[in-house]
Parts: sequence; structure tokens; C-alpha cells
Amino acid sequence: MLAIIDYGVGNLTSVLNMFKRLSVDACITSDLETIQKADKLMIPGVGHFDKCMQNFNASGLRPAIEAIKAKGSTPILGICVGAQMMTRRSEEGVEDGLGWVEADTVRFQLDPSLGLKVPHMGWTDVSPANSASPLFNDIPEEPRFYFAHSYHFRFYGEDLTTATCDYGYSFTCAFQRGNIFGVQFHPEKSHRFGMSILTNFAAL
Amino acid sequence: MKRIRIIPALLLINDGLYKTVHFKNPGYVGDPINTVKIFNEKGADEVVVLDITATRDKKPINYRKIAEIAGEAFMPMAYGGGIKTFEEARKVFNAGYEKVILNSSAAENPALIGEIANVYGSQSVVVSIDGKKDWLGRYKVYTANGSHSIGKSPDVYAREMEAGGAGEILINSIDRDGTWEGYDLALVKMVSKTVSIPVIACGGAAGMDDFRKAIVEGGASAVAAGSMFVYQKKGMGVLISFPAQSLKI
Repeated sequence: MLAIIDYGVGNLTSVLNMFKRLSVDACITSDLETIQKADKLMIPGVGHFDKCMQNFNASGLRPAIEAIKAKGSTPILGICVGAQMMTRRSEEGVEDGLGWVEADTVRFQLDPSLGLKVPHMGWTDVSPANSASPLFNDIPEEPRFYFAHSYHFRFYGEDLTTATCDYGYSFTCAFQRGNIFGVQFHPEKSHRFGMSILTNFAAL
Repeated sequence: MKRIRIIPALLLINDGLYKTVHFKNPGYVGDPINTVKIFNEKGADEVVVLDITATRDKKPINYRKIAEIAGEAFMPMAYGGGIKTFEEARKVFNAGYEKVILNSSAAENPALIGEIANVYGSQSVVVSIDGKKDWLGRYKVYTANGSHSIGKSPDVYAREMEAGGAGEILINSIDRDGTWEGYDLALVKMVSKTVSIPVIACGGAAGMDDFRKAIVEGGASAVAAGSMFVYQKKGMGVLISFPAQSLKI
């Protein structure tokens, strides 16, 4: 069973819908026991970083999920703000992130002459890195994903980037550290490209 | 090169999809679930669903139907029509939509935009602005499905909406709706040059050339269309279609 963590923020239905389509056994849950028994966890996230962190901290699920993460045997995938939460902090707010990776979440600093708008919203081509993670196995040609964000990951220590994309400049849109995975884009809203990512995650 | 979002804008009345001309004379297009399924199979970039009589007829939002519509849509979905409160917006998000579209309620209660944006992020709140020229040729904003003028110019109004927390503006021309005459580029430009958030052009598109103009001349970030995705050609029968090629500019 794949557990989609419900800590009171949106877009859970879409994720579950895609897993259903892929015939993956998944559920939306905030039940501690279900989460501890799950063989995979997904942490969604949408909206303000602080709001997500506050909800996550208040959910009472954080210690259990951090214990699962520490054991390292259960793959955990963060999506959008759910992945940003895995960084140390975000320029969007003041709350501490989970600090699972040595990265921060920073605001787009775009050259005004490019005429690009923030949020970065829409479909953008993604380049898996040479050391691409299993999430990008057999990805359909010209991989592209749906993005809707104003902040992105930036790595400081070890660069854990598994894919980049370009919006004014190249930035990390996917990372992996052992069994921890983060993606900035929305696989659940990215047609066959997203299905490929979630199929790969479910198969880990 | 950027990929430009091409967005079918689908109009819901009760349980069916319709297409209007100048916001009037709705013609039946088909079943919304099937139609959205087709757009999903064709790989549409995003879909907008607007219940165009919810506000006018003071109907409750048809959550069951809109959840069914989103159930098989693995692309971004936006819903508008009859959202007046945070609680209603929350239920729309839970139905599988990542964006809510506010029109009449944004004009009547602008604080609602911020209430939603504070929780779901500004990228999830689209304000839809229906614009029309008055008899002196000045653009004015209309609400309640084009039935009520609020007396403001679309650019001034769009800036207020951006300041209030909107993450995107959908600018629709009542004069061009369903006409296949191309976007009202002056209207699109008026809004896109005023705000720094993405602007979606809507109303009048007949083909890829109109899309290109909306981006290059109108300064829009994305394009929406109704008739050209649900009819074969102007004046012809229903045919659901979507361009096979991405639009890159």
C-alpha cells in the first residue's frame, strides 16, 4: 500500500486518481498505523510553505514519518511544496523545513529583460541528469511536466539533482537522496510523462 | 522557446456542455465527462470548466459532477462558477481541481481572493474578467455572465485583482465570444501590460495563428478557446479536437 499523506493541504484527489488509473494500491491517509505499514509514502503539498510546514508539524505525523525516513527502507516522494518541505528552509516563509537534504528553497530571480512571469506556470521540458534516478526510467520522449511555482530548490552541499529545467535559468526540478525523492512539478497532472514517474515510483 | 499553454474553455449548464455566442444562445455540445476524457487523451495542456449559470440562477455548485469530470483528467483543471466562499473553493480543490476561477465574487468580495491564496497559494486563484466595449468604445468589466457592468476598466480592475492575491487573469472578450474573429488583442494587451502575473487570452480564437498573435502581440502567457475545440468549423457540427503539435514561441 502506498500512503498519500493527508496533513490538511490540497491536491490529494488528483494524485489518488492517477494511482487508481495505474492500478496502484494507494490511499489518502492521516492514520499513523496505515502510514507505518505503508511500503511507500507520498508527501503532497500546495500553497504557502509556512502553512504546509505548520500543518505538517501540527498533524502529529512528523515524528513517525521522520522515523520511517531515518530507517531508509521506505521510498518517500515529495511533490511541489511537499518536496520543498524536505529542504532546510524557504524564502517564502520563516518556518524551518525538514532539512532532509542540504538545499534551500529560493525565489526565482529572473532577469527582467527576459519578460518571464512568476509564478512559473505551465508545461516545461525537463532534462534528466546523467545520473538520472529510477523515477525517470523509460520516460517518454521530450519529457515535459506541468509546473506551478514561484520558488525552487537550490543545493548547497552535495548536488542531488536528478533533473533540471529551464525558466530564465536552469534549476533543479527533481532530486534524490537514497530513498528520498522530490519533484517540483506535478506528475499527477502531467499526462503520460507523470504516469511514467508515478509508475516508476510505485515499482521501487 | 517556451511551450505555450493551449486551454479548452468548456461551459457547463446543469449537466451538459454548451457553447455561447456573445455569452448568449447556448448551443449543446455534449456530455462534459466524455468531452474532458477526449481532451485528456489528446493531451490538452490544461482545461477550464465554467458553470455559466451558477451565479445567475443562484444554484449550488455541482460538486458531484465536477468531481466526475476531473476524475479522469490527468492534466491541470480549473473550475469557475458560483464560488462565493472559502469553503466552496475548498470543496472544488478537493474535487480534483488545482485552480478556482472567481468572477462575480471577486468583484463583490475581493477579500475572498486573498483568503483562498493564503491557504492554497496564489497560483491556485484565477480571476476571470469579462470585458466588453461600451458605446463610446471604452472597455468595461462585466460580471454575472456578462449581465452586469461594474463600471471599471479591465486594466485598472486586473491590477486590483493582482494586488488582492490573484495568481492569474483570464481575460475574456464578450464581443468576440463564439465569433471566430480572433482575440480582441487590444483588450488582451491592455491587461497583460498592466499586471505581472500570467494572463490567459480568451474569446474569438479560430486557429493557431490567433494563438500566436495573442502571445506575441497581446502579451498573453497562455491562450484559451471554446468554439474551435468543440466545433468542426464556424457554423458546423460538434467535433472535439485539440492541436497535435505544441505551440512553442
